[in-house]
Amino acid sequence: MSGHERAPTPATTPATAAAAEAGTGFAGAPPALRLAGISKNFGGVDALVDVDFEVAPGEIHCLAGENGSGKSTLIKIVSGVYQPNPGGTIEFGGRRYEGLTPGAARRLGVQVIWQDLALFPHLSVAENIAFERNLGLWPRPSRRREMRRTARAMLGRLGFELDLDQPVQSLSIANRQVVAICRALVAEATIVFMDEPTASLTQSETRALLAVVRRLSEAGIAVVFVSHRLVELIEIAERITVLRDSRRVGVFEAGRITHHRLAELMTARALDTTVHARDRAGEEVSLEVRGLGRHGEYEDVSGRLHRGEVLGLTGLLGAGRTEFALSLFGMTRPDAGEIRLDGARLVLGSNRDAIAAGIAYVSEDRLTLGLVQAQSIADNVTVTVIERLRRLRWFIDAERKARTVGDWVRGLSIRIGTPEDPVTTLSGGNQQRVVLAKWLATTPRVLILDSPTVGVDVGARAAIFEIVRDLAERGMAILLISDEVPEVYHNADRILHMRGGRIVGEYRPGETSLETLEEAVYG
Amino acid sequence: MGPAGPRSGEPGSGEPGLSEPGPSPPGPARGIDLAALLRTGRGEYLGLGLLLVAVLLLFGWTTPRFLSLATFQSMAFQMPELGILTLAMLIPILSGGLNLAVTFSANICGLTAAWILQTLGGPDAGVAAFTLAVAGALAAGAFIGWAMGIIVAYVGAHPILVSLSFMIFLRGVGEFLTRGGDISGFPAFVGEIGHGTVLGIPLPFLIFAGCAVWWHVLLGRAPLGFSIYMVGSNIEATRYSGVDTRRVLTLIYTLSGLMCAIAGLVMLTRFNSVRVGHGEAYLLITVLACFLGGVDPFGGFGRTASVVLALVILQVISSGLNLLGANQHLATALWGSFLVVVMVARFVVLRLRAGPNPGA
Repeated sequence: MSGHERAPTPATTPATAAAAEAGTGFAGAPPALRLAGISKNFGGVDALVDVDFEVAPGEIHCLAGENGSGKSTLIKIVSGVYQPNPGGTIEFGGRRYEGLTPGAARRLGVQVIWQDLALFPHLSVAENIAFERNLGLWPRPSRRREMRRTARAMLGRLGFELDLDQPVQSLSIANRQVVAICRALVAEATIVFMDEPTASLTQSETRALLAVVRRLSEAGIAVVFVSHRLVELIEIAERITVLRDSRRVGVFEAGRITHHRLAELMTARALDTTVHARDRAGEEVSLEVRGLGRHGEYEDVSGRLHRGEVLGLTGLLGAGRTEFALSLFGMTRPDAGEIRLDGARLVLGSNRDAIAAGIAYVSEDRLTLGLVQAQSIADNVTVTVIERLRRLRWFIDAERKARTVGDWVRGLSIRIGTPEDPVTTLSGGNQQRVVLAKWLATTPRVLILDSPTVGVDVGARAAIFEIVRDLAERGMAILLISDEVPEVYHNADRILHMRGGRIVGEYRPGETSLETLEEAVYG
Repeated sequence: MGPAGPRSGEPGSGEPGLSEPGPSPPGPARGIDLAALLRTGRGEYLGLGLLLVAVLLLFGWTTPRFLSLATFQSMAFQMPELGILTLAMLIPILSGGLNLAVTFSANICGLTAAWILQTLGGPDAGVAAFTLAVAGALAAGAFIGWAMGIIVAYVGAHPILVSLSFMIFLRGVGEFLTRGGDISGFPAFVGEIGHGTVLGIPLPFLIFAGCAVWWHVLLGRAPLGFSIYMVGSNIEATRYSGVDTRRVLTLIYTLSGLMCAIAGLVMLTRFNSVRVGHGEAYLLITVLACFLGGVDPFGGFGRTASVVLALVILQVISSGLNLLGANQHLATALWGSFLVVVMVARFVVLRLRAGPNPGA
C-alpha cells in the first residue's frame, strides 16, 4: 500500500461513455460502481480473469458463485485491499480511479460487511456504530451524547430499535448485523457489500434483514449481496452477476431466472441431482449415542451410525453440530448420556482415546485446527501416526514415514511439489486431501467430516465426495456435517437435522425433496 | 524480545564471555546467504559457514596470534557454558516458548552438587560422592524444569511469565542459601575435569559436543522432536491431531532443566566453585545465539547444527576481539549492530523469497 492520504485523483473519465455502457436499463445516472476488464492473479493462480461488474445507484445486486470463484477477490479489489492487474478500469459514479487504497475506497463510500462483521464484542451498540468517528491521528474527547445521537439516528433510518448501551456480544447475530449496517451508514456508504449475511440466520431473521436491505436501496444506497442461498438471492436482487472459476458468466435479471438455472451457471454442470442415498440400516451399528448432552451446547442427542453409512448432520450455524462432533472426538466431555462404538461403551478422556478407538475428526477449521500450516506436507500427513512409525523404539523410521506419505499422496491423488514443501503451498482442495490423508492413516472406523468443503473449489468438492463414498463403500462409518443442505442431501444416505442443540428431524434424501429439507432447515 | 545489548563486563565466567561484537557482514551478497538460513537446511549451513570463514580470515589477518592451537583450545574451554545453556534455551524456543530461568537453574543445580560434595567430605570426597553429586544436580535440574513444564502445560500460563517467576524464585533461594558468597572446597579431581583434555580437546567441550549430538538426534529423529516442532508451529492443530501436547510441553521444560544441570556442573568443574549469579550475563545471549542460528523466534523451525555453528562464530568474534584488545564497550556495540544486521538481512531475503502474498 502506498499510504496516500488524499483521495485518489480521477484519471481521464468520459462519464458519458460509462453511462452509455450501462445499457441494462439504468440509463441516466452513471453506475455507482463499474468494473471493466478486471484481472487479478496471485503468483500463478488466477483469482479473477477479465471480469466486468456494474452496480447502479440504489440497486440491490447479487454476486453469486461457489467458493473460490473470485467473489472475495472482487470485493477486496473494490475496497482497495488488492490492486488489480494493470489493464482494467474501476469507476465510481462515472469517474475512473486508479491506485485505490482501503482509505480511498472508504471515502468513495465503499463499505464491506464481512461475514464475521468485525464488531467490537465488548463495546456497546452506540460505540460500535459511531466507531469511525473515534478514529484519527489526534486524540479528542469522545462525546458520549453525540455518539448516542448518531447511533439512534442510524437505527431510525433502518426502522430498528436497540438498547444503545448493550454490549454487542449479547445481541443476536441478526441484530449484530444491523449494528454493522449502521456503522456503514455512519461512514456515508454509497455502496455496501454484504458477504454471506444470512448464513447463520433463521428464515424470519433473514426476512427482517432483507427488509433492511430494501430500505438501504430506497435511500439510494446500492447493496451488493453475496450469498449461496439461491432462492433468497432471486427474491431480493434486481440483477445477479454470476462468477465461475474466476470469470464472469453473465448478468441476469432476477425475475427471469430460476434457482436451478442459477446453480447450473455457477457450477457449469447440469445440477447434480443424483441422490446417492442407499439404505444401510441393515448393516451393523458402528457408532451409537444415547441421550448425549452437554450443558449449553447440545442435549438429548440419540442416533445410530451404521457401517458403510454416510450420515448427514445439518442445521444452521450455531445449532450445536460442531460441539456434538467434538464430544464424539473426545475434545469435550458430555455430561449426560453415552457413546457406544461397536456395541461397547466408550468413555473418552481426550481425543487420543477417540483416535485409538478408531474415530477421526476432520475439523471445519482447516486453517488453525486441521493442519499445522507452516510445516511440511510430509509432517502433516504423519502427525497423527508418528508414534506408530518408530524404529528401535526411540527413533522415527524415516523410510516408513516417507513410504506412508508417498502412499497417501498417491492414494488420494494429492497434487504436490515435494513432500517437504509447506502445506500452505497447496490449493484448498489439495490441503483438504492432506487432512483426509492424515486421518485415514490412523485407519479409522468412524470418520467425522465437519464442513469438509469449506474453502474448496467446486471441482475439487466432487472429488472429495467421491473419496468419501469410496470409503463408505469399504465399510467406514461417516458422519458428514454441513450447513450446506444440498451438499448433505446429495451425498448422505440419511440426514439428521439439528436445531438449538437438539435433533429435530430425520430425513432420507430419496423420500424427501431438497426443497422440503431446505425449508425445514432454513425456515 | 529485541536484540537487547548483552551486558558486557559482567564477570560471569571470570573469562571473557561472548559479549563482544563482530564485523558487520559486508554487503548484500552475504545477506542472501544468511537469509537462506531460516527455512532450508543447506542454505543455512552455507550462510553460517561462510560467515565463520569470513570471521576467521578477518581475525587471522588482523591478529597474528589468532590462528594458533592455543587460541582454539582456549575457545574450546570457554564455549561450553554458553553452549550448553543455549541448548537448554533452544527447545523451549522451538516450541514457541522461552526459558528465562536457565542460568539460575544451572546455579541451583551446581549448588545441589556442591552441597552433596561438602556433606560427603568436601575436599576429601571420593568418586562415589562426586557421582552422587552429579546425579543430584541432574535430578534437581529435571525437577525444576518439570515443575515449570507442568505449569506451562496445565495452567496454560505463558512460558515467559512462568520462567521469569522461576528465575526470580531460584535466584532468591540461591542467594539466601549461599548468602551471596562462593561455595568451594571440592576434591582436586573436580577441577581436573574442568581443565582436563582428551587428545588435546578440552573435556568440557566434549561434554558440550555430546549434548549437541543428543539434541540433534532428539530433534531430528525422535518422535518427541517431531512433536516439538509441531507444537511450536500450531499447538492446537497438533493437539487435534492426537499429540499429547501437555506431555510434550512438560518434557520440553524437563529436558531444558536437565541441560541446565549439565551447564551448572560444567561451571562447577571449571571454576572449582559455585556462586549464584555465575553466568547470569549469558541469559539473553543464549536467546540471541538461537536466533543467529536461524531459529524462528515464533517457534517451529530451527536446527541444532546451525545453532552450534552460530555459537562457534560468536566465540570466534569474542576471542578475536579480546586478542585485538578492543575496547569492551565499543565491542559490545559492534556485536549488537552485527546481530541487528543479520536479523534484517534474514528478514529481507525471506520476504523476497516469499514473493507476492496470496490472499485469503
